[in-house]
Amino acid sequence: MIQLDDVSLAYAGRTGPVLALDGTSISVAKGEFAAVVGPSGCGKSTLMKLVTGLVKPTSGNVFVNGEPVRGPVKLAGMAFQNANLLPWRTVIDNLMLPLEIVEPYRSSFRTKKAEYRARAESLLETVGLQGFGDRFPWELSGGMQQRASLCRSLIHEPALLMLDEPFAALDAFTREELWCVLRDVWQRLNFTVVLVTHDLREAAFLADTVHVMSARPGRIIETRKVDFPRPRSIDVCYEPAFSELVLALRNKIAEVRQA
Amino acid sequence: MNKPIETLAPWLFTIGLFVVWELACRLFNVSSIILPAPSEIFAAMGRYASPLLKNSFVTLWTTMAGFLMAVAFGLLLGLFVGWSRTIYRGLYPVMIGFNSIPKVAVVPILVMWFGIGEVPAILTAFLISFFPIVVNVATGLATIEPELEDVLRALGASKLDVMRKVGIPRAMPYFFGSLKVAITLAFVGAVVSETIAANAGLGHLMTQAGSNFQMPLVFAGLLALAVEGIGMYAVTAWLEGRMTGWAFRSQQSAGG
Repeated sequence: MIQLDDVSLAYAGRTGPVLALDGTSISVAKGEFAAVVGPSGCGKSTLMKLVTGLVKPTSGNVFVNGEPVRGPVKLAGMAFQNANLLPWRTVIDNLMLPLEIVEPYRSSFRTKKAEYRARAESLLETVGLQGFGDRFPWELSGGMQQRASLCRSLIHEPALLMLDEPFAALDAFTREELWCVLRDVWQRLNFTVVLVTHDLREAAFLADTVHVMSARPGRIIETRKVDFPRPRSIDVCYEPAFSELVLALRNKIAEVRQA
Repeated sequence: MNKPIETLAPWLFTIGLFVVWELACRLFNVSSIILPAPSEIFAAMGRYASPLLKNSFVTLWTTMAGFLMAVAFGLLLGLFVGWSRTIYRGLYPVMIGFNSIPKVAVVPILVMWFGIGEVPAILTAFLISFFPIVVNVATGLATIEPELEDVLRALGASKLDVMRKVGIPRAMPYFFGSLKVAITLAFVGAVVSETIAANAGLGHLMTQAGSNFQMPLVFAGLLALAVEGIGMYAVTAWLEGRMTGWAFRSQQSAGG
């Protein structure tokens, strides 16, 4: 689904070019849940922008769905640390925003509005937000806003979901709750996910594969398969094997931070 | 707490101001050529009600005409300037330069071009008031959260889509907020122009009355200006609250 071959990216900084990524290679299979972890400032977010075609690599190739990426990929859903909901739209209208932009929904938006609305409602239900559709974002708590943001990134049934530390601003309990929400949605719809995170437990619990990035300039220095059986319950986080994996990842990152 | 007092407070202060003014004038025996007492001013307002109303109306419509031009032009230019960073960078210094010219200095030029009358007043009102609208609209557009733009662009949204769905709605509180400033400025512009060169309007009336030493009438003109100014400000403030209430409510968003 996603293939990065020896991709480097430099951008113009104030004191000359800054190398954000240097010779990064990564591949994510269709339907795979991939997590990218690494020290802060290692270019994880740059990786997201490369994959979605928002920035062009300085060298190397990016392929999505077997085709080289030349511009915005038009099929990705994205969610970030901030929910970024539009305060002048109700929750439902926020969810429907991608449908107003992406084809084929865009051209049939007016005629099929009721159908899309029903779809948005049912998506809200799956994340536990039923009945909140007519509220405005500011009437929701941070966790609820993040759920809505997740729904917005999924409403057009994207083949690819890009998540940039989506749960970083939440408290521990809400975060674990949303892990399970994401796990369930992913298992039901089976899209490809790239999750960028600082949280090693999050990566280990959710992902099939965890990629560890080095400090800037970033490159993938280790890829680990996570083979806890699915469906995973949150209890898996308290098993020794899980702790071992998290510890190993942690040591790896500590190592690259030293370097 | 003390809700009725709070609603009454503006009125009480206004009446109090006039009472103190009246008392001071009587107590210190101030000549009405220097500072007429409110009673004299109100008497003058009654006596000259018809010319005051007529000239107030002229000032009102020139202000509104200039203001509406400023709204249309400011909105368009703001959208244009906010569209891209390059345009923003390129046009900003020019606009700053234009805005720092005192508009009083432009009135004689306008008079040369269009003659004495209402046109210079309208144009002065327009010239002085479009700037805050441009800056506010452009700022609203230029400060779209980059992440939100990424979300839309990753969906394949064009620049126009981003502007329509996010930029323009987002700029609206800035726009309506700037109207309050713009209407006040337009009013200033119209009156300044009328004072310098016009044959109607409150500014003209006051200059005439001043040269005839009719100080109560001058002050009656001032009061009329104040009332008009408050009225126009109130209308734009109401409009702002009505059109973009979400911007105020979302600021006090509760967490939990």
